[in-house]
Amino acid sequence: MAATVSADTPLRPARAPAARWSRADRRVSPYLYTAPFFVVFALFGLFPMLYTGYVSMTGWRADRPGSESTWVGLDNYRTLLADPFFWNALKNTVGIGVLATVPQLLLALGLAHLLNYRVRGRTFFRLGVLLPNVTSVAAVTLIFVQLFGRDFGLINWLFGLFGVDHIDWQAGTLSSWTAIATIVTWRWTGYNALIYLAAMQSVPFELYEAAAIDGAGRWRQFRSITVPMLRPTILFTVIVSTIGALQLFGEPMLFSQQQDPTTGGSQHQFQTLALYSYNQFWGRFKYGYGAAVSWAMFLLIVVIVAVNLLAARRMKGVDAA
Amino acid sequence: MSRNRQLSAGKSVYATLTVGVLLSVFPLYWTVVAASRNNTDIHRVPPVLLPGGNLLHNIGQAFAQSDMQLALVNSFIVSATVTASVVVTSSLAGFAFAKLPFRGRNPLLATVVATMMVPTQLGIIPLYIMMANWFHWADHLQALIVPAVANAFGVFFMRQYLVTAVPDELLDAARMDGCTTRGLYWHVALPAARPAMAVLGMLTFMATWNDFYWPKVVMTQQNPTIQLTLSELASGYIKDYSLVLTGALVASLPVIAVFLVMGRQIIDGIMQGAMKG
Repeated sequence: MAATVSADTPLRPARAPAARWSRADRRVSPYLYTAPFFVVFALFGLFPMLYTGYVSMTGWRADRPGSESTWVGLDNYRTLLADPFFWNALKNTVGIGVLATVPQLLLALGLAHLLNYRVRGRTFFRLGVLLPNVTSVAAVTLIFVQLFGRDFGLINWLFGLFGVDHIDWQAGTLSSWTAIATIVTWRWTGYNALIYLAAMQSVPFELYEAAAIDGAGRWRQFRSITVPMLRPTILFTVIVSTIGALQLFGEPMLFSQQQDPTTGGSQHQFQTLALYSYNQFWGRFKYGYGAAVSWAMFLLIVVIVAVNLLAARRMKGVDAA
Repeated sequence: MSRNRQLSAGKSVYATLTVGVLLSVFPLYWTVVAASRNNTDIHRVPPVLLPGGNLLHNIGQAFAQSDMQLALVNSFIVSATVTASVVVTSSLAGFAFAKLPFRGRNPLLATVVATMMVPTQLGIIPLYIMMANWFHWADHLQALIVPAVANAFGVFFMRQYLVTAVPDELLDAARMDGCTTRGLYWHVALPAARPAMAVLGMLTFMATWNDFYWPKVVMTQQNPTIQLTLSELASGYIKDYSLVLTGALVASLPVIAVFLVMGRQIIDGIMQGAMKG
């Protein structure tokens, strides 16, 4: 052939309307196809988020007509810093978050390690551990409320067999944190295990063979090969579960047996930040202040994600040295 | 394949995995036990661990004491509509990001990924104000459907799949034959995308069916979703736990059914997404 035809070479004379149409089609179509996402995000994601920022600088109270546009600047944030309930909610959120995330990811890592063996009935085991993840927060929490019941709960009964007195899971700080963290852990361990498993399957088998020849035992192989190779995946799960933990809402809300479930227990012992902001909005009609709580939550997420990423980079640096 | 060279599992591995699966499944099994008995049975010491014969009676009671019928229909309408539209919008956008060259493609794709980090909670009041005061959609199903018709996860998921699933040569050849972009989407991308669309559809259906926070904000018990009805069943002053757990069972059955049928694909989808993401 004499001439090479590239994809851009018009097949028909450029002036033909069909070619012009085709060029317009190629140029415009990608934007048309991606537009629905961006329109929906702009309207229902970005705009509300920025609007929340604006509201957080007003003294808007839904029960006081005309208060919408009372500009108060950073006052709400100043109030927040001096608000013992905010700090309490922050403490609860972090406490429950640590109790839920750390065991969850460690268990998931162990579980993935086991699933990575050549196991007969692989699909059965994978389905089994993922099942908790497909049930709803509402259903799961109500099931666990019963299991954690003070007088007739299965868990207290089980503890009783070992001579432990009935625990009032709702009443204490640590006990309620533990119960809520258990619900979260139960729901998410299998999901994280599958993510780890996917990463483990791309670790070359030769690494383990070589390590075995060098005399490294199973545990040493796990620590020195599996975990380092999984570091990006681990970082991913740490970030995702941290974000999830900071937004914890359904579990503490439905775990509460109080008249007003947004207080997070009789002494606010398990009121999370998300519950607290919800309580400000719909319990106390303080839109401005609730918005400030929401933005503080978001800033916290950003800071924690940034710290995670920095720590990961530093760890990488140590390895390279 | 390295899969053939994995270490084969010994008895202790099977034993530990079995314990893991039992712990995973037990609370759900126990829900079935509780839902098939009465409130007195549940409060027995030592606890009963086998299903009883009260299931149909309890389901009847749960339907009689709450708007469960309306809630199920509502949840079904919302989940089905959201699923259909997410699959369409995600496959369109995913196809464009994976296979169509256009100016600003990379920064726009980065934007899509970045938006996944924005917590829904941050916009919840303005979203509520928009729905309630501007559109007058509070307590209407549109309030649940419209904001959910497209999402970043879906776009990203379809993009990742289509990058490798559709060969560029095939698209070029179709172009040469005079195929329009719409034709490429319809005749080339869509058939190839089917497995990923199925997985995305299932994940979206489950997430929408299970959603609690936004329905809790924008809907009322007059027009509830199934998760709201469930929380209402549980908030009564004197609780009949067998009834609450019957509600939990009814609310969970559709997703568990989907999971049992599509489970393998869902697992593959989660694992694939993790590897590429």
